[in-house]
Amino acid sequence: MEFIIITLIKLAVIAFVLLTALAYIQWVERKVIAHVQVRMGPSRVGPHGLLQPLADVVKLITKEGVMPPHANKFFYLAAPILAVFMALISISVIPFGTEFTVLGHRVMMQLTDLNVGVLFILAVSSMGVYGIALAGWASNNKYSLLGGLRSSAQMISYELPMSLALAAPLLIAGTLSLRGIVDSQAGYNLGFIPKWAIFTGPFPQIFSFIIFMIAAFAETNRIPFDLPEAENELVAGFHVEYSSMSFAAFFMAEYSNMVTVCSVATLLFLGGWHPLWPESMGSNFAAPLILAGAGAICLYHGLNPARPFDRFTLPAFAVIFFGLAGLMAFPPLVPVLTPLFWFLAKLSFLLFVFIWIRATLPRFRYDQLMSFAWKFLFPAALLNLLVTGFLVALVS
Amino acid sequence: MDFLFFFLFAFIAVACAVSVVVQKHPIASALSLVGVMASIAVLYLQLGAEFLAMAQIIVYAGAVMVLFIFVIMLLNAGAESRAGRSYAAQLMGPPLLVALMASLGFAIMRGFPGGGTVKFDSFQGGTAQNIGYALFTDYLLPFEVTSVLILVAILGAIVLARKEMD
Repeated sequence: MEFIIITLIKLAVIAFVLLTALAYIQWVERKVIAHVQVRMGPSRVGPHGLLQPLADVVKLITKEGVMPPHANKFFYLAAPILAVFMALISISVIPFGTEFTVLGHRVMMQLTDLNVGVLFILAVSSMGVYGIALAGWASNNKYSLLGGLRSSAQMISYELPMSLALAAPLLIAGTLSLRGIVDSQAGYNLGFIPKWAIFTGPFPQIFSFIIFMIAAFAETNRIPFDLPEAENELVAGFHVEYSSMSFAAFFMAEYSNMVTVCSVATLLFLGGWHPLWPESMGSNFAAPLILAGAGAICLYHGLNPARPFDRFTLPAFAVIFFGLAGLMAFPPLVPVLTPLFWFLAKLSFLLFVFIWIRATLPRFRYDQLMSFAWKFLFPAALLNLLVTGFLVALVS
Repeated sequence: MDFLFFFLFAFIAVACAVSVVVQKHPIASALSLVGVMASIAVLYLQLGAEFLAMAQIIVYAGAVMVLFIFVIMLLNAGAESRAGRSYAAQLMGPPLLVALMASLGFAIMRGFPGGGTVKFDSFQGGTAQNIGYALFTDYLLPFEVTSVLILVAILGAIVLARKEMD
């Protein structure tokens, strides 16, 4: 009974935070790309456009859902549900912090710790292809069909290097449970180099990290691999015919997949919630200092406002940041919040890289995409796995 | 609880299997097959074979069936039209099927009287580690022979495809 109640509470918290985060990642993306391109980005709804995601949600809910004629009704409606379901379900095995005790109950910062967690994520992501492929086929539109075909071909091709790149750190960790993998990366070499998979082991996993990230871009259909929705060739690819909430479902699925692959990269290669430098060198103070610094910058710009309304909004943000910094520095909460902070910091950095690359790189050509996957990425991942396996066997 | 889930997913597996045959559209049939694979994976999970369950989903429900659907979409296969069946087949088909199933069930019950039921939680050793040890120690030769067989199949597919291209 206690287990069910705790799980339900965790479920509610994780679902709420994840769905809100998905909406706000989109705000961050629009803002970052706008600033890269020397524009303002969303700025009308709320201070700094902060209420824009809310307005978008209202807009998408109230829009009319249009069903194209001669579409296969059942599969047309099932495809977005399948896509978003498969994208959201993989969050259930991702751990984002250590265990803690509240009111005498031990609580894991994770919904469930499967002993085949990595395989579960691979299985769910391989099922996610159906949503996109079916959406392209069921809309009865040649652009959608092309987008769906491209996306299934691309996702199958890039799943191979991605899985091979994932296998290499698993050899070092010796477990398939995501929590176990993070635990195996605790500690420091020479007192200050963290034992993350990309820095340590018989063979540092930096190559497999790079291969994994490249394949992750293709798996999530992001630029430079966004061939399935290439606007200037296919209008919008597999979701041309979708509107209203079913369009929002594909959008959510894409961002949720991004969060999943970034979490997996963080857990497998970047040591999960283990800090960048040891606690004895003051890694516990990083979180409050960074947040207090952000608060101070907000306060400074609030006192010297560039725009009239900054006088009111920026001090409010400063108060929020100072409050968070105080929470991070509050001694009883330090062991709970510091790991969470490090995990979220790494996750946000990887998400920022996704957005950064979207603002930087052009799109691949389709033949380049395929030959890159099969002739370069796949052999490279295989070689990396062989070398890692050989060295692990040699050491143990 | 175990039996509830077993019967739920066994029922889904059988219903999907029937749907594979009954559906008119090839995509619907292929997706029903995905349902069969996925519910079989859940049954593996109940037997304590976590690795096998996930491999079942990744390989069969994921990779193999996606290729099926890919080919069906590429060929743009439409819904099949139902060919007219003879009156005798329509009349005799269902009773004969039931009779066949009944005699098969009877033969199995007679042939293996001590089979008993599958006991959940008693089957151990389904983790990735167990399977890895088994594959690379006791079953090394069959494993390698199977991989050579698959390699031969791949080479055969390439040879056939090249002939077509010339």
